[in-house]
Amino acid sequence: MNAHVPHQTLVTPEKPRALASGQFKVTARDVDVYYGEKQAIKKLSIDIPDRAVSAFIGPSGCGKSTFLRCINRMNDTIPTCKVTGLIDVDKHDIYDPKIDVVQLRAKVGMVFQKPNPFPKSIFENVAYGPRIHGLAAGKTELDEIVEKSLRKAGLWEEVKDRLAQPGTGLSGGQQQRLCIARAIAVNPEVILMDEPCSALDPIATARIEELIDELRQNYCIVIVTHSMQQAARVSQLTAFFHLGTLVEYGDTDEMFTAPQEKRTQDYITGRFG
Amino acid sequence: MTEVRDELVKKRYASERRFRFYGAAALALTALFLAILLVDIVARGLPAFTEKTVALDVKVDPAEIDPAQLAGGNYDKLVKDAFRAEFPQVTGRAERKALGALLSTGGGDALRQMVVADPALIGKTVSVPVLLGADAGIYLQGMLTDLTTVAGKATLNIARLEGEEGYVLSGDTSGESAEQQLGLTAGQVVRFKGGALRVTGMQNGYVRAEAILPPELPVITLPAGQWDSLTFSVPESNRRISDAQAVWLEDLKSEGRIQTSFAWRFFESGDSREPELAGIRGALVGSLLTVAVALALALPLGIAAAVYLEEFAPKNKLTDLIEVNINNLAAVPSIIFGLLGLAVFLNFFGLPRSAPVVGGLVLALLVLPTIIIASRAALKAVPPSITEAALGVGASKQQAVFQHVLPLALPGIMTGTILGLARAFGETAPLLMIGMIAFIADIPQGFTSAATVLPVQVFLWSDLPEIAFKSKTAAAIMVLLVVLFALNAVAIYLRKRFDRRW
Repeated sequence: MNAHVPHQTLVTPEKPRALASGQFKVTARDVDVYYGEKQAIKKLSIDIPDRAVSAFIGPSGCGKSTFLRCINRMNDTIPTCKVTGLIDVDKHDIYDPKIDVVQLRAKVGMVFQKPNPFPKSIFENVAYGPRIHGLAAGKTELDEIVEKSLRKAGLWEEVKDRLAQPGTGLSGGQQQRLCIARAIAVNPEVILMDEPCSALDPIATARIEELIDELRQNYCIVIVTHSMQQAARVSQLTAFFHLGTLVEYGDTDEMFTAPQEKRTQDYITGRFG
Repeated sequence: MTEVRDELVKKRYASERRFRFYGAAALALTALFLAILLVDIVARGLPAFTEKTVALDVKVDPAEIDPAQLAGGNYDKLVKDAFRAEFPQVTGRAERKALGALLSTGGGDALRQMVVADPALIGKTVSVPVLLGADAGIYLQGMLTDLTTVAGKATLNIARLEGEEGYVLSGDTSGESAEQQLGLTAGQVVRFKGGALRVTGMQNGYVRAEAILPPELPVITLPAGQWDSLTFSVPESNRRISDAQAVWLEDLKSEGRIQTSFAWRFFESGDSREPELAGIRGALVGSLLTVAVALALALPLGIAAAVYLEEFAPKNKLTDLIEVNINNLAAVPSIIFGLLGLAVFLNFFGLPRSAPVVGGLVLALLVLPTIIIASRAALKAVPPSITEAALGVGASKQQAVFQHVLPLALPGIMTGTILGLARAFGETAPLLMIGMIAFIADIPQGFTSAATVLPVQVFLWSDLPEIAFKSKTAAAIMVLLVVLFALNAVAIYLRKRFDRRW
C-alpha cells in the first residue's frame, strides 16, 4: 500500500502533556530487529517519557510487541533474533555487553499477554523477584514488600486471607493483577505490558486500566494494545506502528483527533488493520 | 439434496461405530492374551512358593557332631537314618537308596540350624521338619502324575507263587472272576499295610501281580477296606518317582506326616542345582544392586544432558547431530551395549566380570537415551510463559530453569526415568555379554561381587531339564513382574504427587 517508507528520524512528541519531568526514560535510535532473514523493525527511533503511559498501536505483525520486548531484552531468548541500533534506558545502552541483562529486567518489568503466574502460592509469586534479587533482609521485610506490591496492584483486599493458595487458582483478571504485583515487587522503573487485557473480560479490563492509570504516578509504562479505545483511555502518548516502522508518535488526544499521517488516520478510522 | 446429506451423516456415524468396535475388539483381544499369560504363569509358578516337608523325630547322635564345630556335623546322615527308620521293612540296597532320594540334599539344614541355635539338643530326640526332594515335592503337588485311589471293595487274597516270580490275587471264593470282584487292571498298584504290588495281568481267572514292596508273609488275606488300588495316569517309566517311592509318599501322606508350608527359602536363598533349594534372593539382590548403579549414573547424567540440550545448548548443526544420535541410541539393540561393556569396562578398564557395577554401567548407557528423550519431552511441555515470567522479573536463565521449569517437568522426568529403569530391570541380553549369566549360588555382598539378575535367572532356570525348575521359572517371572508393577506404581504415584503442586 505504501511504497515509500517515510524517513525515520527522532520521533518525539511535540507537546507531551505528561512530560512533567522533561526527561525521557527510554530512548531508541535507528533500531533494526531481524528474525533470521526477516526484518521486523526498520530504523525505529523513539523517546518515551517517564511517569506516563505510552501506548503502542498498530495492526498485527507491525513490530510493536517486538520493539516492546527489545526494551527489556526478552528477545534475547529467541536465538534467531538480532537487534541493532541504540536503545537507552536512563541513558544507559541496554545492549552494551557490560549491562547485566538480569539487572536490566529487574529495572524494566514486564506483564505478558496471557496471565502467567508461577504455579506456586500467591505469596511466592510476588516474593520470588525480591528474593532472587535479595531485596528483602528478612521474612518481615519480604512480607511488607509482598503486601505493598499486592496493594499497589489492587489485589491485597481480595487475597490477603489466602496468600498460601495457588496463584493459578485466581480468576483471569486477578491473575493478571498478580502478575503486575509480581512485576512491581522488584521496584522496576519501567513496566512493559504486552496486551495485558486481551485475555480478560471488560470488567477485569476496566480494573487493570484503572490500575495502569494509578501506576502512572510512579512508573514509566509502555503498553501494547489492539484496542484503540483502550489506548485512548489509558495512555497519554500513542505510537502507531505499521509494517515495522513507527509512523507517528504523539499526544494521544491529538493522535485520535488530528493524526498527522494518512495511514494513522486510516487505521484509527478502521479503514485497515 | 437433503437425502444425500442424510446418507453422509449415516455413513459418518457408521464409520465411527466401526472404529469404536475395532478399538474395543483390539482391547479385548489384548486383555484376553494378557489374562491367559498371567493365569498360565501364576498357575505354573504357585507350586514354587510352597515346599513339602516331612516331620521326623531325629535322634541327635553325639557321635556325628563335633561340639566344637556344630555346623560341620553330618546332619544329612542323621536325618536320612531317621527317615529310613520309618520304613523298617525296606532293606534292599537299591530300595534304601530310592527311599533316601526322596529327601532333599539340604534335608539336614533345618536340624543343623536347630542344633547350632541350641547345642543342648545334642543327644536328645527332636522333631524336625525335613525338606523333601524336588521330585517328591512335585509328585505331592500332583504335577508328575494324576493319582486315583480306590478303597478295596472286596476281600483280597494274596499268595506268593512258588518257584516263579510274582503273586496271584483273588477275591473270595464265590463265582465271579477275581478281576471283576477286585476291579483291578494291569498297571494298577495294590497297596496294603506291609507291602505293595503292581498288577501285571490276568491268568486263569486270577490277577497276576509283581512286588513293589514285597510283603513278608507268603499268603495274606485282606478284608475289604484294608487295601486300596492306586491308578497312576503316567506310567512308572515316564516319571521321576517310582511306584515304590510313590507308595512311600502316599503312606506318609495318609499318616499326615507331610506338611506344606510357604517356601520362604525361595526368597532367602541363592541359586542351587537342587530345585527345592534354589531361591531368587541372589538374583533379586543382584538386580537391585545393578539397577541402583544404573539409576545413580543415568538419572543425574540424563537430566543434566536433557536440561542442557533443551534449555541452554545453542541450536546448531552440532546439537542437531547430537539429538539425532541420542534418538538413534535409544533404538540400538541392547546386546550392542553389552558388547560395548565387554570391550570397554571389562577388557579396557579391567573391571570385574559378572559384577553389578559393570551391569549397572551398561544398563545406565542403555537407559540414558530413554531418560534424555523423556526428560526433554517433559521440559518442552512446560509452557514457555513460565520461563518468560521468571525472566521477566529478572531471574537468570539458570534460575528460571532450575526453580521453575525443572520442578514442573519433574513428574514427566520421573515417569520417563522409572519406565527406563523398568526396562533396565527386565534387560537380559547386555548382561549376558559381561558374564552375569554364570551360575552363582552366593548372594552378592557388594557391587563388585559376582551376581546375576532376575531376568537372567529366569533364562537360566528355563533352560534346565528338571520339571521342578519349570515352576521356579514361572515363580521368578512372577517376582519380576511384581517388581516391575511396583516400579510402575511408584512412577504413577510420583506423577500424581508432583502434579498436585499445581
